Amino acid sequence: MKSSKILYLVFAAAMATCPFFLNAYWTDVFNNVGLYAILALSLNVILGHCGLFHMGHAAFYAIGAYTAAILNTMYGVPVLWLMPLAGILAGLFAMIVARPIIHLRGDYLLIVTIGIVEIVRIALINNVFDITGGANGIFGISRPSVFGFKISKPDHFFYLIWGFAALTIFLLMRLEHSRFGRALLYIKEDEVAAGGSGINVAHHKLVAFIIGAVWAGMCGTIYAAKMTIIAPESFSFAESVILFTIVILGGSGSIPGVILGSFLLVGLPEVFRGLAEYRMLVFGAAMVLMMIFRNQGLLPPGPKRYDVAARLQAGGAQ
Amino acid sequence: MEEFFQQLTNGLAVGGIYALIALGYTMVYGVMKLINFAHGDLFTIGAYLGLTLLVSFGLFDKIGPLPAVILLAVMVMILVAIIGAVLERVAYKPLRHSPRLSAVVSALGASIFFQNAIMAIYSPKFLVYPHDILPKAAVNILGLDIPIMRIILFMTSLVLMLALYFFIQKTKIGTAIRAAAIDQGAAKLMGINVDRVIMLVFCIGPALGGAAGLMVGLYYGQINFSMGWMYGLKAFTAAILGGIGNIPGAMVGGLLLGVIEALGAAYISIAWKDAIAFCVLILILIVRPTGLLGERVAEKV
Repeated sequence: MKSSKILYLVFAAAMATCPFFLNAYWTDVFNNVGLYAILALSLNVILGHCGLFHMGHAAFYAIGAYTAAILNTMYGVPVLWLMPLAGILAGLFAMIVARPIIHLRGDYLLIVTIGIVEIVRIALINNVFDITGGANGIFGISRPSVFGFKISKPDHFFYLIWGFAALTIFLLMRLEHSRFGRALLYIKEDEVAAGGSGINVAHHKLVAFIIGAVWAGMCGTIYAAKMTIIAPESFSFAESVILFTIVILGGSGSIPGVILGSFLLVGLPEVFRGLAEYRMLVFGAAMVLMMIFRNQGLLPPGPKRYDVAARLQAGGAQ
Repeated sequence: MEEFFQQLTNGLAVGGIYALIALGYTMVYGVMKLINFAHGDLFTIGAYLGLTLLVSFGLFDKIGPLPAVILLAVMVMILVAIIGAVLERVAYKPLRHSPRLSAVVSALGASIFFQNAIMAIYSPKFLVYPHDILPKAAVNILGLDIPIMRIILFMTSLVLMLALYFFIQKTKIGTAIRAAAIDQGAAKLMGINVDRVIMLVFCIGPALGGAAGLMVGLYYGQINFSMGWMYGLKAFTAAILGGIGNIPGAMVGGLLLGVIEALGAAYISIAWKDAIAFCVLILILIVRPTGLLGERVAEKV
């Protein structure tokens, strides 16, 4: 067994047992870390693998959360059943908004995505279509239940969230090593060369965007179920910046890096609660310093290894 | 019609402020190809420094309103220019040869740092400028009562913009800035000290932004530590609207955006005022990424 696999197993075992040692408060902190980790992993597909500067991820998250909240409070649909629908709607939204802007590169895309997340937030505050509840948001979202078991305590949510995180990690690892994932990596490294090798660049970028959005939308459902109350301020531009920072500081394109990043950016501030006023100050300074001294992030993805000889043999045997 | 002209003049006054901030974005982008996300916060710093200097020296009582405002503006501009230069030295210079994303993230970090530094030093609350120091009167132009502050605001930004324009077009240093914007390597070979040009750009841009901050403080009377973010985004929209990297473009874009926003708020919906600017931004990037006056092309696949 490879050492990285052992590390993953140890990490999974540690996570699975930790609610037994933590009080409700810290379990909730871990839940937040888990939510941010899932969101940051979904952003990682867009930003880390494909290299698109996308700083409006909170918009997709918001659409998922509001879909779940509206349908749950109005029609009483169980929250977790709404996950696929929330994902699909977020994905559709991503497809519609990303199609015209996907050709923009670098900083331009960054600015447009900031514009989108701000427009979504303003629309939510202005109670668009009269269903978003305005600045107060929506409350009274029912607790989720799994096979008749009602999830309400922090440690129940812990397993729901981290279970979903484990699924996310597994699927995204498969994605990373798939043909599609390799194509994204190629686009990130050199767009022109990727296009020259027959990769449909615009199509791959768009699909990466949609995958990220679908996943963020599903995560929004869990968020709505956990909080039972959602408001536009939870999906502000600042949330997008935190997600962006998690990916960049953790190591863009690296799944362990992103998880580490969410622990550092979401979990660590709880340790220094007394210094809450200064923690964003320190974040800002840390971002600048990281970029100067280690711009690839804390745990950058290692080089891809291919066993060329084995592949040639396998190819020859066919 | 009365309302229309009132909104138009209001839009021009606010647009002048957008234009001043947009100049900082566009100059930095022109020379370094970097969106200086911290620029909006330098604008906020200008507003806060203005308030501190105003209150602590009590200039208005000593030398009268007009010299006081001018002295205040000069002090604020110098101080913010110094902060801008230090920012460049600390956060951007070490990243000159790194990938562009690194510099963008560094700029975001600097922005978060400034915002929270202001919050820690002053307070998270809205601060109020002394409100009895400036004339509240209105002048009657063609049957229209226009607040005198609005006219002063617009004239001041116009003077600053024209001064910058002539500085860039007519002086030797201005020529060096334009050369560095076109091709840094070639400019270096012609004996231009590009590092100094960049340093200078990071003094001029923030100085104008700081002046804009002071103007906002005096005009609206209320400042907040996070206001730079919205102003910054709108000014950036203005810079894109006019064509980024293009100095007259930033001026035109700023005034135009101010007018669009004021009219939009009056005739469409005030609640969607902030969204209007972003819709303009997205539309212009889709339809005409070069902006109205720009030659530079937004990179495409």
